[in-house]
Amino acid sequence: MIETISFTLNGKSVRVEADGGQPLLWTLRTDFGLTGTKFGCGEGYCGACTVLLDDEAVKSCQLPLKSVRGKSVRTIEGLARGETLHPVQRAFAEHDAMQCGYCTSGMILAAVALLKKKPKPTLQEIKDGMEDNICRCGAHTRIVQAVQAAAERMAAGERR
Amino acid sequence: MSETLNRRDFIKLLGGGIVVMVGVGDAEWLVGQEPARFQGGGRSLPSDFNAFLRIGADGRVTCFTGKIEQGQGAISALPLMLAEELEISPSAVDMVMGDTDLCPYDMGTFGSQCIRAFGPALRAAAAEARSVLIELAAEKMSLPKESLQAGGGAVFEKAKPAHKITYGELAKGQAIARHVDPKPSLKKPAEFKVIGTPALHRDAADKVTGRAHYAADIRVPGLLYARILRPPAHGAALKSLDVSGAEKIAGVRVVRDDDLIAVLHAHPATAVAALAAVKAEWDVSDTGLDDTNIFAHLEKSAPAPRIAAQGGDLAVGAKAAAVSFDETYYNSYIAHATMEPHAALVELKDGKATVWASTQAPFRLKDEMAQTLKIPAANVHVIMPFVGGGFGGKSRNLQAVQAARLVKAAGKPVQVAWTREDEFFWDTFRPAALVKIKSGLTEAGKIVFWDYEVLFAGERSAAQFYDIPHHRTVVRGEWGGGGGGAASAHPFDVGAWRAPASNTNGFARESQIDIMAAKARKDPLAFRLDNLADRRMQRLLKAAAEKFGWMPIQSPSGRGFGLACSDYAGTYVATMAEAEVDKATGRVRVKRIVCAHDCGVAVNPEGMRLQIEGCMTMGLGYALTEEIHFQGRRIKDLNYDTYELPRFSWLPKIEAVLVDSPELPISGGGEPAITTVGAVVANAVFDACGARLYQLPMTPARVKAALKK
Repeated sequence: MIETISFTLNGKSVRVEADGGQPLLWTLRTDFGLTGTKFGCGEGYCGACTVLLDDEAVKSCQLPLKSVRGKSVRTIEGLARGETLHPVQRAFAEHDAMQCGYCTSGMILAAVALLKKKPKPTLQEIKDGMEDNICRCGAHTRIVQAVQAAAERMAAGERR
Repeated sequence: MSETLNRRDFIKLLGGGIVVMVGVGDAEWLVGQEPARFQGGGRSLPSDFNAFLRIGADGRVTCFTGKIEQGQGAISALPLMLAEELEISPSAVDMVMGDTDLCPYDMGTFGSQCIRAFGPALRAAAAEARSVLIELAAEKMSLPKESLQAGGGAVFEKAKPAHKITYGELAKGQAIARHVDPKPSLKKPAEFKVIGTPALHRDAADKVTGRAHYAADIRVPGLLYARILRPPAHGAALKSLDVSGAEKIAGVRVVRDDDLIAVLHAHPATAVAALAAVKAEWDVSDTGLDDTNIFAHLEKSAPAPRIAAQGGDLAVGAKAAAVSFDETYYNSYIAHATMEPHAALVELKDGKATVWASTQAPFRLKDEMAQTLKIPAANVHVIMPFVGGGFGGKSRNLQAVQAARLVKAAGKPVQVAWTREDEFFWDTFRPAALVKIKSGLTEAGKIVFWDYEVLFAGERSAAQFYDIPHHRTVVRGEWGGGGGGAASAHPFDVGAWRAPASNTNGFARESQIDIMAAKARKDPLAFRLDNLADRRMQRLLKAAAEKFGWMPIQSPSGRGFGLACSDYAGTYVATMAEAEVDKATGRVRVKRIVCAHDCGVAVNPEGMRLQIEGCMTMGLGYALTEEIHFQGRRIKDLNYDTYELPRFSWLPKIEAVLVDSPELPISGGGEPAITTVGAVVANAVFDACGARLYQLPMTPARVKAALKK
């Protein structure tokens, strides 16, 4: 059913007319041109499509568009402040925490949500928290290091 | 057929500057790399070279290469090789990759060839550019060129380094085309200033912000998103089709082009809904083959044997053996399962096509597009976005051919982006394979004969590197082909998978070596060192052992230590791992890995470590869980719920040890390390619990079965 759905996207109020049952992923990628959110498996198994919904990591391929009504969605494009990268983005770049980069948006947003809940995670808590995000290239070692480094920076007062 | 531009026009096209081309046949790497050089493919490039660099008036240096970036890090390593010879900072280098209008022909990005094969040619071009710049400077400064030197992006007077002229100034107003010197004087490793220094990913800024574009991220006006009707099994015949439900949806276009049936819409969500409304019935015939009986079938269907290596006399060796071994190893079909499913966008305007695709072979794609669209290859322009992982799977371009067929039918630009289920269905798999090894030991524990036969994996890394007097390596079948036809043994298409053949051969060889070491009651490391004459491999094994803290002991010791070594495309690898086995569940957990790696010189040590870590982590998948289950020609694993990839909870501590052999040519690093993972885990499992696994993956059920033996 076509309906009008209003929500906050990367800090701005937006409105879209669409079938409320369609996955948020296609709306982000097509209606808003935010292609940093990736299609990976379409079934919620891989986490490539992860976005933040009111600061929680959710899989946008499984999320009906209507369920974001009145809520706040943040994608990878809305994470940096201007040219200033989020500490997690910076840590990913500085630790080479990627190879092909296709899972990277989802990894970063999953890590942001994890650190929101657990600002000082143990190694085990990082692995548990990132478990639902798949990386095929095997950048896991660096991703864990990046999340650790970001946690330390954020504890030391870097933004968020 | 395209008209090839002459050199002068070509330089003008680039906007002038100094251009150095790497010629066909100049560098050794070209020999044999291009058995069938594509003719008529170049839209505007002179056809007698394969790569070039250009120095612009702004002092920036652009490297044009047909290679693509798929996560292997060529985009970060190649600038180091260029910068080294040209005496500039790597940050002054811009990379243009895989664009078929701008870059010269390249066969494809596979086989760990970016550094090993393309690298020397690029260095030669840079060395030639340096000598051109010194000549120009000599003229401008009215000094003999012997008194000049290049450094820091400028040419300066040796006696008065402040007296200099920058590359940018030298390139200004020039339109110079030079061919690479056939015998360039490249720097010796001892002279390296840039090669061997760690460099971070150049593409990181784009990849952490979502700005990096992959094929499915490209948008053009009027774009239609396609969803393709996938049969339930390969070879299934369409019995009935009802598209009326889909056609009722506003804006949906249904295309039927022979066996290709697709729905198109301007919004992907609507295309998904439209495909769901298509009703199709299929006839599926069962071949009776499945993932359990496939090996017997493959054994019966193996092509004629071909001897890949031999020495001595096997009969003499067998007689000299005090103890003999006869084992068979099995390896399953596995998927590439790249995070990015295959995608392509094809736009056709006024008889000219522009194509963006996830491919490892843009130049072959160009020809395939020309054939499908029935236009001259010169009218096809392939532009390469980032590729979200390839591992061999993106060497064929089926998704782009589908897109081109739909473009012809729809008359509008079309994007084909496979779903994950499409990916598991239309991608090629690494072939299931068998290896049979007969071998024997003398009383003293020396390997005296080695009779090796590999079925369907392929030749790469099949020939052993131990010091064995009587040996033979027989290869039956390669990794490509398949398709399920009468001529094919495989029920579906198979193809290259990261380090093709070598993962299967490495698993079999290093398992057999371990079995012999255990029988001889020798420490597996000491046994290998005793049976190796190759000093380079001995040194690498010792380097791994030192980092790992290997203590000699007979296996199975209960401590769960394993090792394996391999050679791949000139690179040597020695890996040690510690694993634990839950005897109740059969679950294997790898706790720690040390991988010693010798690729001559690691051009970008940071990138090399990343590749090693990636190989180790990815390799755990084919070692422990990855396997395609099928019935007849129906694929049972279509997504990540049943096809289990390595996850964070699996992650062992991984340490890479980089060992240099500066006297050797620089070799590749994208694939070699992964070839050790199957065997190193199998050998660690044996050491942990005494169970010998002969089949990959080592699933809990297989481990439990082996424990009962």
